[in-house]
Amino acid sequence: MVTQQEQTSLSEKVTAHVSRGIVVEDLNAWYGSLQALRHISMTILPKQVTAVIGPSGCGKSTFIRCLNRMHEVLPGARVTGRVLLDGEDIYAPGVDPVHVRRRVGMVFQKPNPFPTMSVFDNVAAGLKLNGLRAPGNLAERVERALRQAALWDEVKDKLKQNGAALSGGQQQRLCIARALAVEPEVLLMDEPCSALDPMATGRIEDLIRELKERYIIVIVTHNMQQAGRVSDMTAFLMMGDDRAGQLIEYGPTGLIFTNPKDHRTEAYITGRFG
Amino acid sequence: MKSPGKGWRVLLRRPASPGDWLFQGAALLAGLSLVGVLAAMAASLLETARPALTAFGLGFLFSSVWDPVREVFGALPAIYGTLLTSAIAIAVAVPVSLGVAIFLAELAPRWLRTPVSFLVEMLAAIPSVVLGLWGIFVMAPAIYPAEQWLERVLGWIPLFRGPIFGGFGFLTGGLILAIMALPIITAIARDAILTVPPAQKEAMLALGATRWEAISRAILPYARSGVIAAGILGLGRALGETMAVTMVIGNGYLLTGRLFAPGNTMASKIATQFNEASGLEVNALVELALVLLAVALIVNVAGRLLVRRAVGRVPWGGR
Amino acid sequence: MDSKRTYTRRKATNHLMTGLCSLATLAAVGVLLLVVGYTIVKGIGYLNLEFLTQTASPLGEPGGGMRHEIIGTLVLVGLASLLGIPIGLMAGAYLSEYGGGWAGSAVRLVADVLTGVPSVVVGIFVYVMLVRPMGTYSALAGGVALAIIMLPVVARTTEEMMKLVPLTHREAALALGIHRWRVITSVVMPGAAVGIVTGIMLAIARIAGETAPLIFTALGNRFGFAGLDQPVAALPLQIWRYAVSAYDTWHQQAWAGAFLLVMLVLVISLLVRWLTARRYG
Repeated sequence: MVTQQEQTSLSEKVTAHVSRGIVVEDLNAWYGSLQALRHISMTILPKQVTAVIGPSGCGKSTFIRCLNRMHEVLPGARVTGRVLLDGEDIYAPGVDPVHVRRRVGMVFQKPNPFPTMSVFDNVAAGLKLNGLRAPGNLAERVERALRQAALWDEVKDKLKQNGAALSGGQQQRLCIARALAVEPEVLLMDEPCSALDPMATGRIEDLIRELKERYIIVIVTHNMQQAGRVSDMTAFLMMGDDRAGQLIEYGPTGLIFTNPKDHRTEAYITGRFG
Repeated sequence: MKSPGKGWRVLLRRPASPGDWLFQGAALLAGLSLVGVLAAMAASLLETARPALTAFGLGFLFSSVWDPVREVFGALPAIYGTLLTSAIAIAVAVPVSLGVAIFLAELAPRWLRTPVSFLVEMLAAIPSVVLGLWGIFVMAPAIYPAEQWLERVLGWIPLFRGPIFGGFGFLTGGLILAIMALPIITAIARDAILTVPPAQKEAMLALGATRWEAISRAILPYARSGVIAAGILGLGRALGETMAVTMVIGNGYLLTGRLFAPGNTMASKIATQFNEASGLEVNALVELALVLLAVALIVNVAGRLLVRRAVGRVPWGGR
Repeated sequence: MDSKRTYTRRKATNHLMTGLCSLATLAAVGVLLLVVGYTIVKGIGYLNLEFLTQTASPLGEPGGGMRHEIIGTLVLVGLASLLGIPIGLMAGAYLSEYGGGWAGSAVRLVADVLTGVPSVVVGIFVYVMLVRPMGTYSALAGGVALAIIMLPVVARTTEEMMKLVPLTHREAALALGIHRWRVITSVVMPGAAVGIVTGIMLAIARIAGETAPLIFTALGNRFGFAGLDQPVAALPLQIWRYAVSAYDTWHQQAWAGAFLLVMLVLVISLLVRWLTARRYG
């Protein structure tokens, strides 16, 4: 018999899982002694695509790399602050980045499939890490991931082919499938289309719109039109006088682009500086 | 890096001075002297080995008799010794070198990398005879109790059967070759690992891999051909080694699988036997040198080609 | 999704494998320290003025030194350098400045092939070419053998270093009206000087420690340098002979000789590192 208390906390947990998203609290990041991000705080909600825009060097990439604890992989890199994924701080002491990265997936700027592996093995790479060996189960999940990445039809007969033998756009969708195969809660995308042609870009943008129902998506882009097409919320980052990136403005994409509150946002959007 | 060779002709608008012709001639001569040395080497060794070649034919490679009195010579035990000690050397050196290479390229803190690299390079610079001296008075006495223990516990396996010769034999020879091969395998493997694009490691880490999983599943497969080339060049180094092996391998000439038995490699047989040899034995030893040369050259050239393709350059100690 | 047992196993594997890599490094460094350490400890005890200035004592008697051997090695290295450095430099210049075509590629291949020749084979070759016709072992033969080992190494490092000098340097000099050969000798080679010198230093360190080729060429000589056409003593040769002998005093001297060789190599390696860092750091 479940007590009233347990009942409440159970239902809290259920709604909590769906509604809490990512809460960034006072995030600061350094490369050695150089501060790259200063006092970033924002809430990223589920079922939405959040775009991070800003001029070159403002720290957009650094920011999203802090969301899956990839920033600290670089020697001398350091992070302070809290990032709550579904209520739990991923930077709490004792938290293993390995766990964080399973729940927060990443797609990189240049497609980087593993060239020594087949298409199938590329997608399965993350699954195999966790000892998922039963071949039937593996094949099922690989297919599911490839379907979600809108790549299945194109590669279903070529699963044994080398992963790097695909076209650029296909490679990037392969990397998306690879990230999705481990069923993360979040998908971080660092300028995923900047190395692709317009057609491939369009396909990936369609994909993003589909994926946002199941995953929290954060996309870094230097292309404002893309941000406008694809995202629901937009965050504008800019370098301060101390060369550290700061969150200037964050809000619904439509508002940011038509009626920005900060003059710096307006200047960037109207193209007055790069 | 492209040689400026072709670009020169575009730059030259003036007729060349006599000094230019002289210098170019001298430089060409110097370059050709290298070719001359190699050609002379091949020719003279072949010529001097001829009496033995005609006397024994191909059987030289498969016979085990070395009898200066009856003037019958067969190289098989020496060839076998070379192969066995080299196999032991590679079997031991490759895993250890790989570990060091991974440590230097991926695991070590920045400040530790240069000093450790330097120390490993120093290992390559130690003269063979010094390592052999150390082998006689430090390594062999240390290995002896280990060999005795192995013989006691595992002596039923032919590999570990006695008698034991105080720590001298094939095993010790192989181990000392491992020490000599380690630096070059480490250097090339480390370069191969450093050539792997960081995006590969990042992709694996972003999937939730541990550090080792990123290394073993993303980095090492990518660097595979470079690592293999490293092993081949290490083998080439081991094949060409003389003094250190000679000093610890004992002096046997039997075909045996016993690791603790004394033996000879092609190089050690030549080194110990040549100065006392006369008559047909001299020709036979020169033929042995020819076989050694052929084997070493094939392995080294193959290794270099592979390294150039996999890593782009060969680290230069000349060795 | 992710069972606790699997995770623990993965973590354990991670620790184990990274630990093994550290262990391997410890082993490698440890071996080096053991070798150098033993050489220093065992060698320095016998290293005194007597060792450096005296010749060998009669068989088995205590005392004595390796003066002949030290001088012999100096003679052999000097001879080898006399032959190997100039030809090596010019061959390197050929490969760098004129070696763009098929002939250059062929010479380059030959140089690489030569570095792969086992040193014992070089010794046999020089025996056949010089010792047999001359009818005697000789310092000349030993020097030639060491020169052959040195030559391709010096040639290739000289080439690599000269290629690092930017093309613009050559263009500027030519534009000033300087002849091509002067450009090479006065602009390119000085520009690559540090790299060339360090390459030569490393080659010298290597041949100073070579033993095998000397067995059949220089042979060794208990009476010191007796002329280029006579056998001559050499430090590594004598270390070998003392090491495999039955006498403790000779073993001690072997360690002392080894100490000298190791010190030479250490000093040259450090010097090379320092020079390289200065130039490019």
